[in-house]
Amino acid sequence: MCSVHSARDSRITAGVVVLAAITLLIGGAFASLALEGAHDLSGVASAFDSYLFRVARFTLWQAALSTLLSVVPALFVARALSRHPDFPGRRLILQLFTVPLALPAIVAALGILALYGRAGYLANILGKFGGGEWPGIYGLSGILVAHVFFNLPLATRLFLEALGTVPVDQWRLASQLGMDSRSAFRLIEWPALRAALPGVAGLVFMLCITSFTIVLTLGGGPAATTLEVAIYQALRFDFDPARAVILTFLQIVLTFVVVAMLTRLGANTVGDANLPVPPRRYLATSTTEAVFNAGLIVLALLFVAGPMAATVLAGLEADLARLAGEGAVRRATLTSAGLSFLSALLCVMLSLSLIAARRALALHRRAGSAMSLLEHAADTGAGFVLVVPPIVIGAGWFLVLRKITDVFAIAPVMVVAVNAVMAMPFAIRAVRPAYDAASERHERLCRALGISGWNRLRLVDWPSLRRPLATGFAFAMALSLGDLGVIALFGSDSVQTLPYLLLARMGSYRTADAAGLALLLGLVCLMLVIAADWLGREVKA
Amino acid sequence: MTTANNGIAATKALAVTLDGVSFSYGEASFRFDVEFAAGRITAIMGPSGSGKSTLLNLVAGFESPGAGKVLIGGIDVGNAPPSARPVSMVFQENNLFAHLSVEDNVGLGRSPSLKLTADDQHAVAKALGRVGLAGKEKRLPRELSGGERQRVALARVLIRDRPVLLLDEPFASLGPALREDMLDLMAGIHTERRMTVLFVTHQPQDARRIGQQIAFVDEGRVAATGSAADFFDRAGPDAFRRYIGDRGGSVAG
Repeated sequence: MCSVHSARDSRITAGVVVLAAITLLIGGAFASLALEGAHDLSGVASAFDSYLFRVARFTLWQAALSTLLSVVPALFVARALSRHPDFPGRRLILQLFTVPLALPAIVAALGILALYGRAGYLANILGKFGGGEWPGIYGLSGILVAHVFFNLPLATRLFLEALGTVPVDQWRLASQLGMDSRSAFRLIEWPALRAALPGVAGLVFMLCITSFTIVLTLGGGPAATTLEVAIYQALRFDFDPARAVILTFLQIVLTFVVVAMLTRLGANTVGDANLPVPPRRYLATSTTEAVFNAGLIVLALLFVAGPMAATVLAGLEADLARLAGEGAVRRATLTSAGLSFLSALLCVMLSLSLIAARRALALHRRAGSAMSLLEHAADTGAGFVLVVPPIVIGAGWFLVLRKITDVFAIAPVMVVAVNAVMAMPFAIRAVRPAYDAASERHERLCRALGISGWNRLRLVDWPSLRRPLATGFAFAMALSLGDLGVIALFGSDSVQTLPYLLLARMGSYRTADAAGLALLLGLVCLMLVIAADWLGREVKA
Repeated sequence: MTTANNGIAATKALAVTLDGVSFSYGEASFRFDVEFAAGRITAIMGPSGSGKSTLLNLVAGFESPGAGKVLIGGIDVGNAPPSARPVSMVFQENNLFAHLSVEDNVGLGRSPSLKLTADDQHAVAKALGRVGLAGKEKRLPRELSGGERQRVALARVLIRDRPVLLLDEPFASLGPALREDMLDLMAGIHTERRMTVLFVTHQPQDARRIGQQIAFVDEGRVAATGSAADFFDRAGPDAFRRYIGDRGGSVAG
């Protein structure tokens, strides 16, 4: 209640330390980029060439197209699913639609290649339609297919959630007033969808503009390169720091503009993974409409399930026994497991500190007074890391570290730190409601009994936070396990993670090996996300 | 009490009958055998979860009975969709579409696709005038008070002009004075239109102010029916007196 109190609360101190660490990680990268740029002004000036503008234009163009192709069909798929709450397998379809969220991008990319690639399962059929040999889907078409694979199910679920917010009474009213299908769409469904549309479209656009792995693996050469991939190439292949600085700067400006617009539109930039409850059905649908809706749902289902099935089939065709015996695979598996475990641990610890600090600050604030700057930072600070792509942070540190030490030796530290911070928004979402609720119940009792610090964490908080912390941990570990952003910059023969090894095998055209590894990686990530979901759900029950 | 017979004659008042209607929802099961007199206001009272709203939903057609018949004016409406039943309903909340203006929300009562003729628009304006909302036609629901929003719903009831009106605790979230105003408005409308009104409420005062009949619902059944005067007398059923407690006996109606 008073300043003496807040100074003594160790939770706030811990929160300040965490915020300082995050600021150092991101700020350090920015400072390094700025210094590098100031150092080499002529190089920076010469980097403003037609290539730079082509890359920037392509980045925006592919993101815009991907958004359009994901969001518009999702509107209709969501409406179809909401109109038919007893569609056979509806629950299963919606659960399948959450899988792309859990799948590492590189696994999805391989699945898409295995299905639509030049030697893919559908190459023969597609070739016959096209008249001639199927050229495969590298380049813009591959990027679009992959982005739609990820974002169509996401957008569908978000729209379905928006439709779920229509109160049941209004559906009853509509059926009492005798609205037909068209009127119900115009007067009830469309307003709900329209309200969600800017947020959903913005989120998808943001995800596509910062997409790295998909463009790296499916983009074809300089004609289909985005800013993030160009940063990677500038650092790893051309070694042109000045160009990397400019590309990074452009990427940051671009994402900040998009996020500023998103915030104005009130978008939820983390996305939600709740399974919407189907509303009771009150409106009669005509047979024509039912057939059309069913067709739409089946098409979307095939599109989403196809690459997953292809991943499994191609993975099983690989020589899994030999792969499992290979030293490089074993080392990469161990490295991946260790790094993602540490990263998840760090992520959960940082998140918990920040949550506790935010809560403590809110409690100490006098009722009615405004939030302090510190509380604001603890409240929304972690969300900002979503705005800064990992590749940007990686690039900043890569540039400064190469002058001090061997960048490749520092890889584990960078991977753990950046992935931990990147997963924080998700971990915070998993843990914060439980922490705040527990604090609501125990805060006064703890103060009355003088329980604080470690004792409080051990005796009071841990029992109620165990499960949400495990949820956050599993989710953070899945994200870190599948990430190819930081390791792409810092990886080397001595430090390889599974995604890095996968990329290397793809690069050397050992497609069967890559498919086997993708199956392994995909399964592990999927199991982690299922575990996270299960742990999170038990708490609510 | 507004029981005077000086309104428009009850040319189309229809009785509502639930004849051996059974319905189950999860663990709960209901069985209703009751007749609601044509052109009267019946207050439906009973503990939470006893089945009051379920009863209204069965009449409106939002739920279908497992067995038995729902008769309105002697005609079995059991298979008719909600829009084909001679029924209007007002909920506690969510009666209005948030993005539509007051007049559009009322206009939906005439045309579910909002294609309104000049006559329809005139009727909308008249109905809004009757409920005391003249001049607020262009407002959005969020710019209205809770009481005004329910007035819009009543205006829609007026232009739909159905012989049966179902009210599911429509004034429960309003303050006492406002609720009395709304009850008087309701009573006035009933005097003019003579519709059969089924009115779910927890407030004995509501039932005393405008209720002519009372149906007491308990544990999924209509446990007792009778005139409001009898119910609030010492002779009322025991279960009903326990439900309203001391309060109902002492508060003036």
